[in-house]
Amino acid sequence: MWASTLAELTKLVRRPANWLLLAVALALSLTFTYLVPYAGADGPTADRGVASTFPDHLVGNSIGGWPVFAGAIALILGVLAAGGEYGWGTWKTVLTQGPSRLSVYTGKLAAIGLAILVMVVTLFAAGAVTSATIAAAEGAAMRWPSAGDLAVGVGAGWLIAMMWAMLGVVLAVGLRGVAMPIGLGLVWLMAVQNLLTAVAAPLLDWVAEAQKGLPGPNAGSLVAALGSSPQTPGVAELVGSGQAAAVVAAYLVVFGLFGGLMLRRRDIL
Amino acid sequence: MFPVETRELTKRYGEHLAVDRVSLTVKSGEIYGFLGPNGAGKTTTLRMLLGLIRPTSGTVRMLGQAPGRLGEIGALIEGPAFYPYLSGRENLRVLARYAGIPARRVEIVLEMVDLAERGKDRYGTYSLGMKQRLGVAAALLKDPRLLILDEPTNGLDPAGMADMRALIRRLGAAGSTVVISSHLLGEVQQICDRVGVISQGRLTIESTAADLRGGARLRVVADPIDAAAARARALLGEDRVRVDGAGLDLDVPHDRAAWINAELVDAGIAVSELGVRERELEDVFLEMTHVG
Ligand SMILES: Nc1ncnc2c1ncn2[C@@H]1O[C@H](COP(=O)(O)OP(=O)(O)OP(=O)(O)O)[C@@H](O)[C@H]1O
Ligand SMILES: [Mg+2]
Repeated sequence: MWASTLAELTKLVRRPANWLLLAVALALSLTFTYLVPYAGADGPTADRGVASTFPDHLVGNSIGGWPVFAGAIALILGVLAAGGEYGWGTWKTVLTQGPSRLSVYTGKLAAIGLAILVMVVTLFAAGAVTSATIAAAEGAAMRWPSAGDLAVGVGAGWLIAMMWAMLGVVLAVGLRGVAMPIGLGLVWLMAVQNLLTAVAAPLLDWVAEAQKGLPGPNAGSLVAALGSSPQTPGVAELVGSGQAAAVVAAYLVVFGLFGGLMLRRRDIL
Repeated sequence: MFPVETRELTKRYGEHLAVDRVSLTVKSGEIYGFLGPNGAGKTTTLRMLLGLIRPTSGTVRMLGQAPGRLGEIGALIEGPAFYPYLSGRENLRVLARYAGIPARRVEIVLEMVDLAERGKDRYGTYSLGMKQRLGVAAALLKDPRLLILDEPTNGLDPAGMADMRALIRRLGAAGSTVVISSHLLGEVQQICDRVGVISQGRLTIESTAADLRGGARLRVVADPIDAAAARARALLGEDRVRVDGAGLDLDVPHDRAAWINAELVDAGIAVSELGVRERELEDVFLEMTHVG
């Protein structure tokens, strides 16, 4: 499995698309968490204010994107990693070298897990630099979150991002490709989830209840509890942080297991 | 123990029987040609051998083990497939990782398929023949005892085909067992020890290339042909003589040619041509795959 992980890492690192995803995640995150609030600090609805970009908000600011838009990027990363093998027909090439399907799959998940960690930490690091720059420019005092809070924040970000990446993997394995899984995954993440929360839940009690079991709202609750701004799409404290973390972790595991099961059982064409 | 042994191997896709109770054996050290027209079920059979798809029924043993244990088996199935953003060399290095093979083996197999020069280029930029050769290189990475090649000469130019045949012969001579599928009979005829012919999912025959050809026949052109046929039937028996246009096809060993000639001439028949006629495997193949 270690050999498979190394091979999968090589493939991830050498694939230009993955670096593009990281760049997009970074650009989106910096633009909407820092640049826009900073530029609009004097605007009419400036209740977020420039103070929201200071280092003491680093944890919430760095993980607020994972429930929806950065989550979409994690999902695409997962789809590309698993679905590319179908698109190029490379499953047979890899498997005829002898590794078991399970070891290739776990190697792939390990590599994705590492890539997601790199993404999450990169957003933290870039956020730290940006917020420090803004605070220095504003002459504000720099109060950094404790190491413990940072670790919890990175952990929560990883958990949510990895859950979306696993959704991407399970869709890619289930639909044996790249295009449909990305399309369907994004429709769920960006549209259906929003419609449920914004349209259906206020009208129907049972939807309001049911969505407390869905991945998106739990991810949103988790980051909200850690200080993300509720103005960020998908961020709202619907359930307690403990339950939210448990539900997100459960989805992560279920997606991962289900993908592995399908890969093991089905024919490689 | 045979390197490859299947019993009643069957794969059904819905109503369609892609592979129908195929029982084949490949002997140690031989080059085995797996022949059949398009859609006959060659690739499906080979995929089952490698554990890529599950048989509907029947069993497979590969080097004495269940399918999917590919430690000493190399394979190229239905065309090469690699990561287009990696170079040929990097692709093989990644595969070597999966196989647990040292990276220096990559250079050796690149040399074997004549790709060392272009190893640094992205796979996506390769020509069809180069891709095919990289596919064969990947199959050779493990220095396999058993090599399965599904139409390995696809997309190769004549020189490339000759190189590939030479390579396969060398591997066979070095003691590897090779299974090579093809729908071009002439191609495997030259290198195979034995062939299995599959048609519409059924293994219709399995024998040595020589047996399949049915041995050599004697071709006689004579005048008058009717008298010649009558004389030959009297000498050899009814079923060993066939009239074919202006000549006779005789089912006798070719060292009897002088004797036949003398007998016909004695009977006042003018013999204008006498020769050995090899029945091409291609003829056998067409006969066999077109029936039914
Ligand atoms: N996944 C599948 N689903 C349905 N039918 C399939 C599938 N794979 C193969 N078949 C059918 O099984 C039959 C055998 O296909 P196979 O690819 O084994 O043929 P082949 O002998 O390799 O042909 P070729 O010389 O064209 O490569 C064909 O009729 C094909 O349509
Ligand atoms: Mg085929």
